[in-house]
Amino acid sequence: MSRSHPLWQLFLMRMRALWREPSALFWVFVFPLLLSIALGLAFRNQGAAQLTVAVVESPGAAEVEEALRSTAGLRPERMELAAARRALSGGKVALVVMPGPAPGLLVDPGVPEGRTARLLALDALQRSAGRRDALVVAEEQVSTRGARYIDFLIPGLLGFGLMSSSVWGVGWSLVQMRMGKLLKRLVATPMRRSHLLLSFLLSRLLLAAAETAFFVVFARLLFDVRVAGSLVDYGLLSLAGALCFGGLGLLVATRADNAETANGLMNLATLPMIVVSGVFFAASNFPPWMQPIIQALPLTALNDALRAVAIDGAGLAGQTGRLLLLAGWGAVSFVLALRLFRWT
Amino acid sequence: MHKLQDFVTAWAIEVDALVKRFDALTAVDGISFSVTPGTCVGLLGPNGAGKTTTVEILEGLQEPTSGSVRVLGKRWADDPEALRARIGIALQETRFYEKLTVRETVTLFRSFYPGGTGVDRAIAQVDLGEKQGARVGKLSGGQRQRLALAVALVGDPELLFLDEPTTGLDPVSRRGLWDVIEGLKARGRTVVLTTHYMEEAQRLCEDVIIVDHGKVVARGSPAELVAAFGGEQIIEFEATPALSPEVCRALPGCSSVRARNGTVRLSVRGLAEAVPALLRAAETAGATLVQLSTHASTLDDVFLNLTGRSLRDEEGS
Repeated sequence: MSRSHPLWQLFLMRMRALWREPSALFWVFVFPLLLSIALGLAFRNQGAAQLTVAVVESPGAAEVEEALRSTAGLRPERMELAAARRALSGGKVALVVMPGPAPGLLVDPGVPEGRTARLLALDALQRSAGRRDALVVAEEQVSTRGARYIDFLIPGLLGFGLMSSSVWGVGWSLVQMRMGKLLKRLVATPMRRSHLLLSFLLSRLLLAAAETAFFVVFARLLFDVRVAGSLVDYGLLSLAGALCFGGLGLLVATRADNAETANGLMNLATLPMIVVSGVFFAASNFPPWMQPIIQALPLTALNDALRAVAIDGAGLAGQTGRLLLLAGWGAVSFVLALRLFRWT
Repeated sequence: MHKLQDFVTAWAIEVDALVKRFDALTAVDGISFSVTPGTCVGLLGPNGAGKTTTVEILEGLQEPTSGSVRVLGKRWADDPEALRARIGIALQETRFYEKLTVRETVTLFRSFYPGGTGVDRAIAQVDLGEKQGARVGKLSGGQRQRLALAVALVGDPELLFLDEPTTGLDPVSRRGLWDVIEGLKARGRTVVLTTHYMEEAQRLCEDVIIVDHGKVVARGSPAELVAAFGGEQIIEFEATPALSPEVCRALPGCSSVRARNGTVRLSVRGLAEAVPALLRAAETAGATLVQLSTHASTLDDVFLNLTGRSLRDEEGS
């Protein structure tokens, strides 16, 4: 393609507008990075998670404290009964132990930490009272890669990032061009309209490739998150997602001619999927009656497919259904958008 | 190449009984005119007169409700792409990508045209050579309008549409842009210009079409219009106490009287008779003339006489 080909020039226009716009680069690259760092820190697997347990001041408290301290995973703290109750209801301690000839426990069984602390504390108290184990159980401690929250999160964030940058990158740019009459000026030239739309899709593909590569690298370097399956499959899925959401962005931008409408439409198109399509937590948390709808959404399909490749090491062949769903959403959006698009 | 015959026999533009309605509003209400190739035609009128709608129909950007339009002898329905390659357009305001440079923007538009001038030449024609590496976002208002003009020129159009090319510019930038447009005219291009600046039409256009409320109210060369509708001279004065309109109307050669904010404006045939008569009338009435000025009538006065409104009132509205 010659340097003066209109498609090349339009593509250059898109890429220059992006590279020279720091805020666009922020949303595409820096924002997901910061988000994953924040979430990665909040939900990190603490190597030795310590549960704090209150030991009520009383005769015998010292012995109980000693028994609990020697148990891995528990951190006893001496306090008065009233303070201990407050600490329990405030979530500062997982369990309250009241020493004595017949020791008592205060625990909220609805809290997972409380249940864990109860088991550990009971075991420690029984042992220190002289209980002998009836069985010797062999135990090997392992940490499975791919089972951490961050392993689950990264593919979801990539799907979320691809959706946002595609819908906003395509939709918002087109609405701005319409508002500034640039679209009108362009269609008053002999430019082929298909060239303009194609330039948007091509720049989107290039950006999606860069976005995916960036995700793979930072997830590996920062969190040691690896893609179990093929990186090529992972990349191809990302491109399919970017095209699908590029079509959706185009559809959203077909008629809007002011910033408020465009903003509203884009949020309407993306926000529900950010919540239900398994970005931050599994979509299966939603009740069964919602599942048919959730499973039909493009972001669910993309996230599930990305996770299948990244976590389970699946190949593309097994993702045909999800790819078809993405293609369907993309194609329908694109065709509808072309019919409804307002150029002037 | 287009055959010489095309230029000799065909109008550059033919508009016949053009009507454009938007719901209840009739923006263009039966406009007809034609444009001789190689001339500069000015569509003159206040904001909302229907100038931009008319021009956008000519540019193929809007569909007429009824009536017909031929541009360079062709209808828009026949072969829009070929027609677009032959016309150049500067819209009232286009926000080009701010992050692109002047040169990149012109190069982009150059790529859409099968023929055309070089990018360098288009930039040189509008005098933006020194700014070709500058980002569009850093340009002044006048420089942006020049860029719009360079973009309109880069396809080497036979017909150029300039929609209010100098609106919002300071007088210096405006004169600069006029020089550029005069240069284009010298190269024999047909130019259709909309404006609400009378000075602009008077300086640039051989032919002026005055539009108001979607209709053509007058048409001719600036000199013809001034002679037909302007009166020949204009006297403006302020008197305390004010002179009655009847007294003014009785002055020799007076064809119209308008009073506004205490200033009275008279259209008269000759100053030699009218001014002494005015001074006598003031003396008779016991009034003092606070201020008195005269000027040869302009298109502005034509517009005022035709519509009862001043174009300048519409500025910035």
